[in-house]
Amino acid sequence: MTTYFGRRYTLSASHRLHCDALTPEQNGAVYGKCNNPHGHGHNYVIEVLVGGPVDRETGMVINLVDLDAIVRTQVLDRFDHTNLNLDPLFTTQVPTTENLCREVFRLVSDNLSAGKLEYVRVEETENNFFECNNV
Amino acid sequence: MIFLTRRATFSASHYYWNPEWTEEKNRAVFGRCANRNGHGHNYTLEVTVAGEPDAVTGFVVDLKWLKDVIEERIMSAWDHRHLNLEVPEFASTIPTTENIAIAAWRRLEPAIAAAQGARLSRIRVYETPEIFAEYRGEAHP
Repeated sequence: MTTYFGRRYTLSASHRLHCDALTPEQNGAVYGKCNNPHGHGHNYVIEVLVGGPVDRETGMVINLVDLDAIVRTQVLDRFDHTNLNLDPLFTTQVPTTENLCREVFRLVSDNLSAGKLEYVRVEETENNFFECNNV
Repeated sequence: MIFLTRRATFSASHYYWNPEWTEEKNRAVFGRCANRNGHGHNYTLEVTVAGEPDAVTGFVVDLKWLKDVIEERIMSAWDHRHLNLEVPEFASTIPTTENIAIAAWRRLEPAIAAAQGARLSRIRVYETPEIFAEYRGEAHP
């Protein structure tokens, strides 16, 4: 009897979308304003959904305190108020929100204390968001 | 297949407490939520039904009918109530957001199934804008 527990977090970070394999003109054409050499920032919303049975004793899929600790140590401490391009995870891949979403899924999924990670959703702005349900 | 969602809000109080545990363990696991005087939330309930639009009306279900079902089955029992003390399903089950989602499903599913239009697909309960639980029924693996 799978039930899901969801939680939303926010983190602020900067990034620049730029691919070394492309010429400056191609980068400009593909990434537009996001290719600005000095980068720009977002308030990202990270939504995680954990599925599993409801524990008979606690009534919980996963204790929110435990989930908060996992997301804080694995994701927020790592990315909040940083330049994503400088993180080792983004030395060989562009820090698009698609790639950020996949990395957050992997970081949380590998360290989850209970249940199974159903999806990670990253909202870059109010009008665009990305979802990942496996890596 | 179309998925149609109706949202409703209710305000209620609750606390988390397992009577089989010591006070120390309850406080360790549930933290501030174990305060026996309770605390409250403005909950948002999302009810998602799935089905094909009716050939005549274009509706998956009549939203007014769905609103009335939610009102009769849930709002009248839960809104402005203390969930632990006044709602039967939480007399012996801790009213966590997860259990509230399951309880909402059990209150709504028979009525929606009996109407023979759409089927209940998903219940989502937001305890705050940042915390929610979701249930998709016994049949969902």
